[in-house]
Amino acid sequence: MRPIFDPFVLPFVISMTFVLLYCIIGMIRIIFQLPKEDRRKFLRSLIYPKSALKNFRDLVNDCLFHTKIWKRKPLLGYMHMSIALGWFMIIIVGHFESITFSPLRGLEVPFMQKMMSNLYLPIFFRYFAIEELSLKAQIFSFLMDFFLLMIISGIFIAVVKKKKPKKVGMKRVTKFGIKEDMVRLSLWTIFPLRFLAESSIANIAGGSFLTKYLGFELVFGGNYNETLSMVFWWLYSIDLAIFMTLLPFSRYMHIPAEALLILLRNAGLKTTEPRKGYAVAEIYSCPSCGLCIDVCPMSEVKDNYKNTAVYFIRNIRKGKRRRDVKNMTEKCLMCGKCIEVCPLGIESLNIKIAQRKKTYYKIKSDFSYLERLQDYKTTRPQDDLSAHSQKTLYFAGCMSHLTPKITRSMTKIFKLANENFEFLDADGSICCGRPMMLTGKINEAKALIAKNTELIKKSGAKKLVLSCPICYKVFKEEYQLDGIEILHHTQYINELIENDKLNIDRSDKRYAYHDPCELGRAFGIYDEPRNVIDNIGLLTQGKSDRDMSACCGGSIGSLTMSMEERDEITKNTIKDLTLNQPDEIVTACPLCLKTFARLSPIEVKDIAEIVVEGLEG
Amino acid sequence: MDNVDLKLFNKIEALNPDINTCMACGLCTATCTAGNFTDMSFRKIILMLQRGKDKEAIELVKKCMMCGKCMMICSRGINTRNILLSITRIYNEEQNI
Ligand code: SF4
Ligand code: SF4
Ligand code: SF4
Ligand code: SF4
Ligand code: SF4
Repeated sequence: MRPIFDPFVLPFVISMTFVLLYCIIGMIRIIFQLPKEDRRKFLRSLIYPKSALKNFRDLVNDCLFHTKIWKRKPLLGYMHMSIALGWFMIIIVGHFESITFSPLRGLEVPFMQKMMSNLYLPIFFRYFAIEELSLKAQIFSFLMDFFLLMIISGIFIAVVKKKKPKKVGMKRVTKFGIKEDMVRLSLWTIFPLRFLAESSIANIAGGSFLTKYLGFELVFGGNYNETLSMVFWWLYSIDLAIFMTLLPFSRYMHIPAEALLILLRNAGLKTTEPRKGYAVAEIYSCPSCGLCIDVCPMSEVKDNYKNTAVYFIRNIRKGKRRRDVKNMTEKCLMCGKCIEVCPLGIESLNIKIAQRKKTYYKIKSDFSYLERLQDYKTTRPQDDLSAHSQKTLYFAGCMSHLTPKITRSMTKIFKLANENFEFLDADGSICCGRPMMLTGKINEAKALIAKNTELIKKSGAKKLVLSCPICYKVFKEEYQLDGIEILHHTQYINELIENDKLNIDRSDKRYAYHDPCELGRAFGIYDEPRNVIDNIGLLTQGKSDRDMSACCGGSIGSLTMSMEERDEITKNTIKDLTLNQPDEIVTACPLCLKTFARLSPIEVKDIAEIVVEGLEG
Repeated sequence: MDNVDLKLFNKIEALNPDINTCMACGLCTATCTAGNFTDMSFRKIILMLQRGKDKEAIELVKKCMMCGKCMMICSRGINTRNILLSITRIYNEEQNI
C-alpha cells in the first residue's frame, strides 16, 4: 500500500492555489472595468447558445490547436500546439486516470483531504499509483506517455527557435530580460523532469513506451533508487511551483488571458480605454511572440524596431512612463500589419487610438468657417445625361487634389463610360476627418464628418465614388450616408469593366501593384484592382503583397516620424515592389502615389491613369 | 523690439528642430486644405511665431484640418503636421494675454 500524500506535492499545491486565485481576481477586475453596456453584452454572450458554441470552437482552435500560427509558420504552429494541446490533454487524461485508478478507491478519506488530493493526484499520479495490467490502464499509460512525448518534442523546437531563429523562419525575435529567461527555463524543464520522475519509478507505477521502456530501462538502467526518484519528484514539483508563481508576472500570463480575450472578442467588444478592461485583456494576452517585429515597416530604420507592437504592449504592461508609451503611440504608422500577423488578434491600434485620445490639447479647432459653406462647387459636365440615368457622385478628397493626375483620369473615365456623374469637390474639399481622428481629436473630426455628410446628402446621389483609401475607411466606418453606396475607384472601374462599359486595349506592359493599407488590410479590396490591371497589362509579383503589403512610408497615421525615417521605409517598399522588374508601379492611393513618386526609379501611376492609357492606347 | 516674447516659438523649436529649415517657399500654403476656405497658411504661422505674434498664429492654427498635405508637399521635409499639433498642445492662452 502506497501513501496518498507526500510533502513534495506542497510547492505545487500552494503555487497552483495562488495562480488560480490571481487569475480569477484579475478576470473579475477586467470585467468590472468594462463600460456598463459592454459588460452586459459580454455576460449575455456567455449564455446564448450560438455565441457559446462559437466560444467553444475558438477556444479549442486558438488556445489548443493554434491554427492561426499553423497557417503562417507550420513549424511554430506545431511547437505551440504540441505544448498547449499536449499539456491540456495530460491534465484531462490525467484527471480521468486518477479518478478511474485512484489510490483512494475504497478508502475512507475525510472530505477535505479528498478535495485536496484532487488538486495534486492527477499531476503526480504515478508517484501514488501501483501498476495495473488491465487493458484500460495500459491505454491510459500509453496516452499519458504519448502526450508527454508530444510536449517534449515541442519544447525541443522551442530550444532550437531560441538558438537559431532562422530555422523556424524568423529574422528577429523579441529580446527578454533575466526574469523571462528564468520563467522560460522553468517551463522547458517541467516536462523533462516529469519524464525523469515518472521513469524513475516505472517499475512500481507502470508506464508505457516512453517512461517504462525508454526511461526506466534505458535512462535508469532498469534500477530503482528511492532517493534518486524522490529527488526528481521534488524537483518536478518545485519547478512547477516556480513556473506557476512567476506566471502572472511573465509573458506566460497569455495562457489564461487569451481565453478571456477570446470570450470578450466574441461578445463584440473593443478597446475604448488604453489601460482598462478590454485593453488589459489584450495586453496580457500578448506572449511577446515577436511575429510583429519583422513585418513592421518601422523596423526598417535601425532603432525603431523598439517601437513595434510587441514592445509597445510590453511597455504599457510594465506601467512604463506615460511619456514613453505616448511617444511609441505617436510614431506608429497605423498601417495595421502587426494586427494582421498577430496570432492572438491583438488590436494594438485601438489601444493606440485610445491612448492618443488621452492627449490633452489646450487649443481646440475652430471650424465655424465651414458653416458659411453652403455647397461644394460641383462640375456637372454632362447635363444631358441627368434625365435618363442615376447620378454618380465623385468625391476626390483633399489628398487627391495633390495629385491632379488622378482626378483628371477619373473624369475621363466617367465620360468615356458615359456615366451621369457629378464631381462634387472639383474646387477643393473639406478633409474627410480621418487624419484628424488619427491625432485622437475625435470631436473635431466629427465636425468635419458632419459637414461633409450634409453636403454629400444634398446632392441626392445614390452612388459615391472615392479616390482616396483614407477617405474610404472613414466614410465606411463613421459616415452615416443612409442608402448611398460607397465605392473606391478601383471597385468602381472594375464594375465598369465587368459591365463592358470600357473598352481597354491590353498591352504587354508589366505592372507592380501596391496594396494601400486602408484599402487592402482594412477592407480586403485585393481582387478588384488586380482584375483591372489584368485587363490592361501584366501583373508582376512583389516580395509581399495583399495583407502583407508594406506601407509606402507616407502614412498620416504617424504623427512624429521624420522624413528621413519615412524615406527608408519608402525605399524598402519600392525595392520589394520592383522585385520582378515591372515597368511601372501602380497604386490606388494618392498619398502612396505621391510618396513613391519622390523616390522611385521607375514611373508610379494611379490605377485610374493606366486605365485611361489603356482606353486611349 | 528686443523684448518680443518668443517663449512659444522656443518651445516648439525644442520639440521640432526642423522648424528652422523652413525657407518660406509657400508650397504648404498653396496646397492647404483649410486654406481653400480661409486665410490659413502654415508658412504664415511660422513667421508669426518667429515674431512672437502668438495670438494671431493660434487663430490660424485653429482652422487646420490636420490632413497632412502640407507635410507631403513641403520642400524641406518638415513635419508640419506635428508642429501644428505641438502648438495646440503647448500654447496656454492665459499666460500670453
Ligand atoms: S501599425 Fe504598422 S507601423 Fe504600427 S506597429 Fe503595426 S506594423 Fe508597425
Ligand atoms: S502583438 Fe501579437 S504578434 Fe506581436 S508579439 Fe504580441 S502576440 Fe505576437
Ligand atoms: S498612404 Fe497608402 S501605403 Fe501609406 S499608409 Fe496610407 S494607405 Fe498605407
Ligand atoms: S494639415 Fe492643416 S495646414 Fe497642413 S494642409 Fe492640412 S489643413 Fe493645411
Ligand atoms: S512648404 Fe515647407 S519649406 Fe515651404 S513654406 Fe511650407 S513649411 Fe516652409
